[in-house]
Amino acid sequence: MSRHTLSVLVQDQPGVLARVASLFSRRGFNIESLAVGPTEVPEVSRMTIVVNVEGAPLEQVTKQLNKLINVLKIVELDPTAGVSREIMLVKVKADVESRSRVIEVVQLFKAKVVDVAPEALTIEITGNPEKLTDFLKVMEPFGIKELVKSGMVAIGRGSRSISDRSTRPAEKQGERTA
Amino acid sequence: MLLHTNERNYEKKAVMSEQITGAKSLVLSLEAAGVTDVFGIPGGAILPLYDPLMDSKQIRHILVRHEQGAGHAAEGYAAASGRVGVCMATSGPGATNLVTPIADAHMDSVPMVAITGQVPSSSIGTDAFQEADIRGITMPITKHSFLVTNPDEIPRAIAEAFHIASTGRPGPVLVDVSKDALQALTGFNWPTSIDLPGYHPVTRPHAKQVREAARLIVESKQPVLYVGGGVIRAKASAALLRLAEVTGIPVVTTLMARGAFPDSHKQHLGMPGMHGSVAAVGALQKADLLITLGARFDDRVTGKLSTFAPNAQIIHADIDPAEIGKNRFVDVPIVGDLSEIIPDLVAAVEAEFALNKRGDYEGWWSQLDHILQTYPVGYDFPTDGTLSPQFVIERLGIISGDGSVFTSGVGQHQMWAAQYIKYNKPNTWLNSGGLGTMGYAVPAAMGAKVAVPDKTVWAIDGDGCFQMTNQELATCTINDIPIKVAVINNNSLGMVRQWQTLFYNERYSHTNLHSDRIPDFVKLADAYGCHGLRCESQDQVDATIEKAMSLNDAPVVIDFVVHKDAMVWPMVAAGSSNDEIQYARSIAPEWGGEE
Repeated sequence: MSRHTLSVLVQDQPGVLARVASLFSRRGFNIESLAVGPTEVPEVSRMTIVVNVEGAPLEQVTKQLNKLINVLKIVELDPTAGVSREIMLVKVKADVESRSRVIEVVQLFKAKVVDVAPEALTIEITGNPEKLTDFLKVMEPFGIKELVKSGMVAIGRGSRSISDRSTRPAEKQGERTA
Repeated sequence: MLLHTNERNYEKKAVMSEQITGAKSLVLSLEAAGVTDVFGIPGGAILPLYDPLMDSKQIRHILVRHEQGAGHAAEGYAAASGRVGVCMATSGPGATNLVTPIADAHMDSVPMVAITGQVPSSSIGTDAFQEADIRGITMPITKHSFLVTNPDEIPRAIAEAFHIASTGRPGPVLVDVSKDALQALTGFNWPTSIDLPGYHPVTRPHAKQVREAARLIVESKQPVLYVGGGVIRAKASAALLRLAEVTGIPVVTTLMARGAFPDSHKQHLGMPGMHGSVAAVGALQKADLLITLGARFDDRVTGKLSTFAPNAQIIHADIDPAEIGKNRFVDVPIVGDLSEIIPDLVAAVEAEFALNKRGDYEGWWSQLDHILQTYPVGYDFPTDGTLSPQFVIERLGIISGDGSVFTSGVGQHQMWAAQYIKYNKPNTWLNSGGLGTMGYAVPAAMGAKVAVPDKTVWAIDGDGCFQMTNQELATCTINDIPIKVAVINNNSLGMVRQWQTLFYNERYSHTNLHSDRIPDFVKLADAYGCHGLRCESQDQVDATIEKAMSLNDAPVVIDFVVHKDAMVWPMVAAGSSNDEIQYARSIAPEWGGEE
């Protein structure tokens, strides 16, 4: 099993999220994270889907996704040639004694304190999934009261945009490229 | 992309600018899409639509007795004619009764548009009376679906639905329309073009891949044309005949492809799969090249996948890129419309011939001829003098002849109808292949008879299947749709019983239907205004069929009381390798040849 990041351009129409999500579940794939939002083009949304599968089944699910009428384009992002980010909000126990040590870690990770309460700090941190995992490891001893993650968003490096790219390299001739 | 439109209506209707109801707009849209026949049942949410439908001069609405019947009728209509079948139902239970035929159409790539009423948009999500999220329910079993709550969007939704259903890999499309959208006023504006940025099915094959396929064909020693239902959907039978004759390669036709290539042709080895002929199954197993045309390596054809056609390279041509490599690794993929691929392939093979490269299949044919002669498809007559179901079905095919259309239910009678009727034309064998829906035969025959009224249409049904949907006989009688039904009555759920015989120590748990006592199918036919005939012995078979052929003023139902222990052979047990095919019980064929 390996991790793949798919960028999926879809028409912003009712039901499209349900179509995409149910297709993954029907074909037996677990979505690790899914983030969706508007793009530079009105009426087009972009989903970033992280899945943990083998190459061949991934090709099958990509092809099935491509058959959805509302799906415009699918690109698998190469992790070495892309930037991926997640945002996390985390509430950490911090009383008078520990507060300064927590803030020290926040600064080390270039995170940000967004709310202060007598017994806790709420921290905002952005980064790739590894950075967030590392941050949590360091914070754990203080006591994590609550956390929420956005799901990963990702974009390719360089000047080319997703509309210039071909679809997944593994795909054969005859693919729809919109 | 220009719309396939009924021009005359379009001219007339496009200029209409006065305000009409959404319901009227929907009727005009269906007319503009060229619809002439609809199968359905009205109900609360779809009632507004039925009012203007009453005035349509173009559309014949056939009132069925159960929405499942409407759905299968639309499927039979489409499969017999190649045109889009249309069914209609109200919200909630009306819509959910369409789920089975929609799933069936999805599995067998049948072009179909299902129109359902929905509760008023202000009530959606409130668990209103007869509310069901039919779009959500059918999402995994439709090619696409629409929920229309704005009456202005009705013409575009209908235009897109027909376009999507009938192009690319055909399939069912659902259009769910809320009651308030049907009642509100709108202008009618039939779109002149379709703009679906996410939908561009590839029809032109890649020339390089076609050349590569041709190269493999002339280099191969033991090739087989593995033909699926896609050839029929693509209307590519004539092209296939040419490809087969130009190359001299043996042909097998899957359950969905019966009729795509003439059974009378000497290159035809029969049907492959779980109940395929020994020759067809053996040819696939021993092949060094499969030229796969519109087939999908279904488990009922491949048997245990890892041992299927172990020495074969694979050419796979299909309109749906997702089928390629789904089950079996493919050496040469060709995505496109078979009506374009096959002629291109013929030209590419002829180009190879011109370079003096030509396949030599003589040794291959002598192996295959040996298997064909040693293991012809055949059956034994029951020793107790009861009627042989295979004989009945074989005689039906011979007496009714080539021009007839045959539908079937699912089970033993379906397999026998696939094995013992000789199909020489496409669109003459309609069945539920992928989903395996018992109850398909009668309503599908009804739909087929409406689509091709000049043809004799037979529903070959089992006594189990027949009791699932036979209420549509009322629809047939009342609407003058004189189908003919042959009930192969073996008193039981025959295929399940066969499995109990073979795999469950002859413990017949809940497969005895007692159809010898209840119901009396002849009386049932009579009650529905049909001609009811019964046949119990071999010497009556021809006369009974001929009698049925002569009765065209009403549907005919024949109760063929047959031997209940007859089994379908050959057989590859589920999950077994095709190499373990049994010609008859405990008789494995010797493949012959050089093995």
